[in-house]
Amino acid sequence: MTAGTRAAIPDLATIARFVDEEVAPYADEWERTEKIPAEVQGRLGELGLWGPFLPAESGGTGMDMVTLGRIHEEIGRGCSSVRSLLTVHTMVTATVQRWGSAEQGERWLPALAAGGTLGAFCLTEPEFSGSDATVAGTTAVAESDGWVLNGAKKWITGGQRAGVLLVFAETESGMSAFLVPADHPGVRVSPVSRVLGTAASMLAAIEFDHVRLGPDALVGPPGWAAGTVMTGALDLGRYSVASGSVGIIRAALDASAAYTSQRRAGGGLLRDQPQIRAKISEMVTARNAARLLCAEAGRLKDAGDPATIMATWVAKYFASTAAARAASDAVQIHGANGCGPDYPVARLYRDAKVMEIIEGSTQIQELTIADEAYREVAR
Amino acid sequence: MAQDVRDDIRSFIAAKFPGMSFTDDEDIFALGFVNSLFAMELVMFIEKTFGTKIPNEELRLENFRTVVLMAELVQRRAEAAESGAVT
Repeated sequence: MTAGTRAAIPDLATIARFVDEEVAPYADEWERTEKIPAEVQGRLGELGLWGPFLPAESGGTGMDMVTLGRIHEEIGRGCSSVRSLLTVHTMVTATVQRWGSAEQGERWLPALAAGGTLGAFCLTEPEFSGSDATVAGTTAVAESDGWVLNGAKKWITGGQRAGVLLVFAETESGMSAFLVPADHPGVRVSPVSRVLGTAASMLAAIEFDHVRLGPDALVGPPGWAAGTVMTGALDLGRYSVASGSVGIIRAALDASAAYTSQRRAGGGLLRDQPQIRAKISEMVTARNAARLLCAEAGRLKDAGDPATIMATWVAKYFASTAAARAASDAVQIHGANGCGPDYPVARLYRDAKVMEIIEGSTQIQELTIADEAYREVAR
Repeated sequence: MAQDVRDDIRSFIAAKFPGMSFTDDEDIFALGFVNSLFAMELVMFIEKTFGTKIPNEELRLENFRTVVLMAELVQRRAEAAESGAVT
């Protein structure tokens, strides 16, 4: 697909086949090499998965959020690193769509929709956690002809291959968001390797050394309202991670059911042991419950209902912690085989742990969700 | 209309922060219970409830400090829609 042309509407069966044939079989290799092949990026573009929620005139198909969540679930079933790239790309693309000027939309959206240009979300810093969302380290100083950006970001998913960076920086009027071409003079990208999970998501540390930007680099309102830009993007990212976590549960379940159906112990198949059946039952229940929570969050997004914010927190909290449990159980079920490279469950275990940290750690979620509970009780 | 809009906005805020008392012209940000999460919810609430989209130039803290100011924002959006300035 070329930039600006309308993608075919992707359907779940096609995506599932793509995952089965072109993603899942290679996820372990991609993890080892810490890279997603460029051809896969192209295939995702051919399938119209980089920005399907965009309107047709921007290269999307106007896809609803419930379906988008199901697609990110499906991709997450095959490879959490690919899903992570989709997540941050979606956050950047949706930000440009919602808050960008007409000129910014024309410049970036067609290429983002086609996947020819990847987006990266630059919030977390070496000294400031994403949970804090304090961006005191990176600054953007207004000058007569635009802005001068200085600072550093870390743990930037897709940063090694991104073409455009959505950078949050402190300005005189508070935190603001900027669109920065990754090849701009003064931008230095360094790979972050040997990470625990989602190792193929091409994480990067990015330095900004006197990066001179035009006035049109600012996206959305500056200052207070940029918090809304950031919150909106993180909400969408959280939804994608929750959906991807459902995919991890499914992969853990599929692997465990297959393994226990052929592995024998104590004179019979593992699948006949009550303890195994209990773990399988827990995975099935977690998969179904997490998927329902994601669907509810997506339905509320489609309705423009502010309740989606909290529904997404709950969905991500449940799905990510359930994915970590399911992956842990899958490793346990596989025994020593689960600790080696011949089965996918060790990778699922590493990836699932990351889901409990990114886009709002489990602990931040517990603070936020409990706050809401106390408000409900007080009403 | 203005009173209905104020009632809707006040009810939304009160439901989110039970036990907090505030008047329609009181600065809710000065009360210290508004964070970026709630700000996002507030923007979505106004857009959904009153069928408008808040453009970047209107998304300023000054427009969200009080119930009265938010109702005025809604009014401006309605007038802009009627005049054909927005679709």
